[in-house]
Amino acid sequence: MARTLFDKIWDAHVVDRLEDGTCVLYIDRHLVHEVTSPQAFEGLRLAGRKVRRVDATIAVVDHNIPTDADRLKGINEPESKLQIDTLEQNVAAFGVPYFPISDARQGIVHVIGPEQGISLPGMTIVCGDSHTSTHGAMGALAFGIGTSEVEHVLATQTLLQKPAKNMLVQVDGVLPAGCTGKDIVLAIIGKIGTAGGNGHVIEFAGEAIRDLDMAGRLSVCNMSIEAGARAGLIAPDETTFAYIKGRPYAPQGADFDAAVAYWRTLPSDEGAQYDKIVVLDAAGIAPQVTWGTNPEAVIPVTGIVPNPADEADETKRGQMQRMLDYMALTPGQKIAGTPVDVVFIGSCTNSRIEDLRAAAAVAKGRHVAPGVRALVVPGSGLVKKQAEDEGVAQILIDAGFEWREAGCSMCLGMNPDKLTPGQRCASTSNRNFEGRQGPGGRTHLLSPAMAAAAAVTGVLTDVRELV
Amino acid sequence: MDKFALLTATAAPLNVANVDTDKIIPARFLKTIKRTGLGKSLFADMRYAADGSEKADFVLNQPKYRHAEILVAGDNFGCGSSREHAPWALLDFGIRCVIAPSFADIFFNNCFKNGILPIVLPEEIVAALMDDAALGTNARLTVDLEAQVVVRPNGTRIPFEVDAFRKHCLLNGLDDIGLTLEHTAAIDAYEAKIPAWQPKISGSPRFTERKK
Repeated sequence: MARTLFDKIWDAHVVDRLEDGTCVLYIDRHLVHEVTSPQAFEGLRLAGRKVRRVDATIAVVDHNIPTDADRLKGINEPESKLQIDTLEQNVAAFGVPYFPISDARQGIVHVIGPEQGISLPGMTIVCGDSHTSTHGAMGALAFGIGTSEVEHVLATQTLLQKPAKNMLVQVDGVLPAGCTGKDIVLAIIGKIGTAGGNGHVIEFAGEAIRDLDMAGRLSVCNMSIEAGARAGLIAPDETTFAYIKGRPYAPQGADFDAAVAYWRTLPSDEGAQYDKIVVLDAAGIAPQVTWGTNPEAVIPVTGIVPNPADEADETKRGQMQRMLDYMALTPGQKIAGTPVDVVFIGSCTNSRIEDLRAAAAVAKGRHVAPGVRALVVPGSGLVKKQAEDEGVAQILIDAGFEWREAGCSMCLGMNPDKLTPGQRCASTSNRNFEGRQGPGGRTHLLSPAMAAAAAVTGVLTDVRELV
Repeated sequence: MDKFALLTATAAPLNVANVDTDKIIPARFLKTIKRTGLGKSLFADMRYAADGSEKADFVLNQPKYRHAEILVAGDNFGCGSSREHAPWALLDFGIRCVIAPSFADIFFNNCFKNGILPIVLPEEIVAALMDDAALGTNARLTVDLEAQVVVRPNGTRIPFEVDAFRKHCLLNGLDDIGLTLEHTAAIDAYEAKIPAWQPKISGSPRFTERKK
């Protein structure tokens, strides 16, 4: 029977089946960070259990670490320090490989997995973080889990799961200039909604997806969770194989050839069945920006803020009004031209070298607008070094951007990089929930190029006017 | 994990769609290495003003809902992050059951791992339960997991679906890890067949730390 990419990866990892169809699913890679792991290691300790496969596990600190250069001298915030110290004690006690902040390979867990060649096609990959869906861009089944499941994987290298449904999102045609993977995924979420993918694994396909580089694909899969999907997937192809070749933890030599031979069997078969299919035309996508407090509240930068009065459903109307009040926007106003206080370029969605290059291309020869604070936070120490070697960093520094150390930073308001109440931020991150970037902060999600355009003009701006 | 079998309790109505896990517990409260003590931070930004005082109009601040053990909520409850701190905060507050028209997948899954029963019911039935909940302590709901019914204050019995395996685990307070370890031989056999090309994250990179 014709199978999808998801079906093939799933079938290849079923260890055992329970009577009701629940599967014991084998996990190839487990990524661990400081926030969602302490209680899991404590659980192991209490039960006298070991980590079953330390050679399939990697730990890193990213969520609550500061991103200023002084951080190597020590973490000031006592609760963050406790979580980091706890992780370091746990990786030492259980023998788990670990990248500390003193290591250039440290970075956001979803950046370093692909960067190090740890995340590979056909694998099952989990992490106690919903944006684990990012690694699906490698052609891997990757999904976020809670802390109980982190403990379950540490102890057994498996999870108890039932298969998800298959959903195909096909993006045909050629993406217009000025648009990126971020714009594609925001447009998709705008179309299907934040619950559009619930219960499904989304496979992204079509010409516009195939044309994306790995950074663009990683952005697309990263935000599949914002559409409610269990995971996002993109079939591995020559772009994927070229990206993986030579990476530190990837197979080398003959092993690489053997791996590629297997990876070529993974794409969905002709005639494979999907439970749900959505088709988009890339040619119709313009640079996107969110206006509300969930990612489906998104419009093209050329658009106007919608009017709740036009919404027939009473609950939705109330929700829209609440969003507008929180965001301090007026129905009917053009979204372009809205002044911003802060610009954040970073996060597991958009902090790779390609993202920083795109921002630098816009910032080159320009300067951050007066009164705007603009931060650039590379996704890993290695991305930071590459940007410095290529001159990308200097362009951004000359343009008045803060150039910071790798971490999750202002994506989630649990480290010193936060918005203050009422501040408006053009952000390349993934969630615009109320208070996500700091209590009372207002978030507009957009691409790195769009974020740079907002930084240099001081207002939300169609980047196509600057290039 | 505590067992869940039969619960008769006050239900609190939270008629908001897309309540995300940042709303259930904002990220700044995740800096803990424990599972307990998060109840006071549950719904922090909805529940407390900037000065830390309680917002009188938030449902769980109203005297009749301070001891609610059931939450009746809107569509797509628990969307967003995978943080298990969300169910931990609900549990620490005392919530053992959440009823909504739909849930986000990871949150839904995390509930079962912590002895919380999430129940999916059609929107119009949730709306009726929301009305029951609005009556406060005078109108307690009963949730009977064994029989798979919610009993309204007027006696109407509303059947609900629950995955058989998860039901079994909840009724018996079973630890998933213990169950999975019964499959150790199958896991061993699976591992023996992992292809040789698949790399191991070997050596401990901690010992090959780079100099800045």
